[in-house]
Amino acid sequence: MGAWWGAAFPPGLFTYAFMVNAWLAGTAIAIAAALVGFFVVLRGQSFMAHAIPQSAFAGAAAAVLLGLNPLAGMAVGSGAIALGIALLGRGRGEGIATAMVLVLGLGMGNLFLTMAGVYAPEVFGLLFGQLVGISAAEVREIAVLALVLLGAFAFAARPLLFASAMPQTAAARGRSPAAMRIVFALLVALTATLTVPVVGALLAFSLMVAPAAAAAQVARSPAAAMAAGVAIALLSVWMSIVIAYDTNLPIGFVVSAVCALGYVTARTWRRMRDRRPGALAGAAAAGA
Amino acid sequence: MPWWRYLWAPGLATSGQVELALVVGTTVAVVSAVVGFFVVVRAQAFLGHALSDMGATGAAGAALVGVQALWGFLAGGLAAGLTVEAGSERAHDRDLATGVTLSFTLGLSALFLQLITQDTSHAGVTQAILFGSIFTVAPSIEPAMIALGLAAIALVAVLFRPLLFASLTPETARARGVPVRLVGILFLLAVVTAVEQSALVVGALLSTALLVGPAAAASRLTDRPGAAIAVAVVIAVGAVWLGVGLAYDSYLWPPAGRGWPVSFLVTAVVFLVYVATRLGRRAPTGGADPTEAV
Repeated sequence: MGAWWGAAFPPGLFTYAFMVNAWLAGTAIAIAAALVGFFVVLRGQSFMAHAIPQSAFAGAAAAVLLGLNPLAGMAVGSGAIALGIALLGRGRGEGIATAMVLVLGLGMGNLFLTMAGVYAPEVFGLLFGQLVGISAAEVREIAVLALVLLGAFAFAARPLLFASAMPQTAAARGRSPAAMRIVFALLVALTATLTVPVVGALLAFSLMVAPAAAAAQVARSPAAAMAAGVAIALLSVWMSIVIAYDTNLPIGFVVSAVCALGYVTARTWRRMRDRRPGALAGAAAAGA
Repeated sequence: MPWWRYLWAPGLATSGQVELALVVGTTVAVVSAVVGFFVVVRAQAFLGHALSDMGATGAAGAALVGVQALWGFLAGGLAAGLTVEAGSERAHDRDLATGVTLSFTLGLSALFLQLITQDTSHAGVTQAILFGSIFTVAPSIEPAMIALGLAAIALVAVLFRPLLFASLTPETARARGVPVRLVGILFLLAVVTAVEQSALVVGALLSTALLVGPAAAASRLTDRPGAAIAVAVVIAVGAVWLGVGLAYDSYLWPPAGRGWPVSFLVTAVVFLVYVATRLGRRAPTGGADPTEAV
């Protein structure tokens, strides 16, 4: 057993300071992204989960140009982009609004980088990301932001669930769909601010979409879907850290591959379950 | 220097670089606007954007094995597009199938870029893929991209009536015997061709801006499909010409001598037109307006 164990979990995986930070940051981010991901999947808003982290780098680029804190720039940028999408888009027009705000954000990011005239690898690092090389100070920042996000989530989850699952009833009861769109978009923006500076836009997107999507295939209630999403995200991130450490593959690739595999497995499992006789009730519950 | 020199810089009308940029940009604009009309009607903006990133992954893979970038773009877009199509038997699955496929393709891109550069700082490659530059197009690529653009427009022209029917009222079309799924797959081929030829020369950013923006603006202005396509083409071509002209001028703007990126300028023009049509009067009857809530 010794040889196999030593190959999969080589020395330093749990003891090097940078690996400890990667474990801590990865765990916090997985939980936050999977929770918000529940609503991304329920509302069918993968595009927003892609667009907000990716174009939010415009804020960081502007901050670099003005000599300000990139994290603050990121927060302001992603908030502005989220509001833009929520205000411009509704119904079928939402995809168009998301695309337009995304390209404007990317274009402005490109403009700010050109104006600053700097070769800014740290800004481009925001796109593909890294999990190693996180400092202890950044882990503390992430922990604080994750707590803020959890607080906001606890506050918003009930009305948002109501508005997302039963839009007509919610509107009839006086809950403004526009307000709920803004709340949801700001949750995604907060998750982007939390995750992108550390792991990049790609990982933020993967973790917000795939684990929750896999959970939705197998879970039969909102609470179960949230719990399953968090469990799948944690498992994916932990597995990916080990694989990336062992093989030296880029973490963005490993996480997205593991997450995609999880989703495909869950969908296959659902299809097989649906084919079984007498499985109609379960399928209806899962599909709802 | 007279003020108008800031808007009409010396040499604007005679520069060969500007001329090539205008030819390439006009091709991309026309093809994107025509195909984009149906992308907007079918609410497939996400897929339209995702295909440009997916094509870029294919291009990175092509660079790895030493094949021309154009084939990488096409192969990447086709493989990813068909994967999405296969994963969305139910309409509700489409968003997630696109999202998960896009996230995996972007991850693959990270892997390819690491293998190409054997280095953690692949900032230059990322920048080129995302933003491209219409001013750095190799003249040799011009015939291939014009041919692909014509192929995409021809496919849309052949499909026009069943595609419109299947896009506006899929249930009725299915009942009348239109093969909705097949039409959707054939249209996907047109989208892949259009998006990849534009992503190759102008980058993912401009590709999406020109695919979605002009068509969305046009469909707010008129209900008639033919008129909407014509208006979209005018908006797209106008935005590209204005953007290229302004980018050429911008070498005279602050910060001195650096020039503003053309992708930003074209996108900004498209965005302003889109927002202006959103703010303006609603489309006359509103019934067939695809950007309106359903």
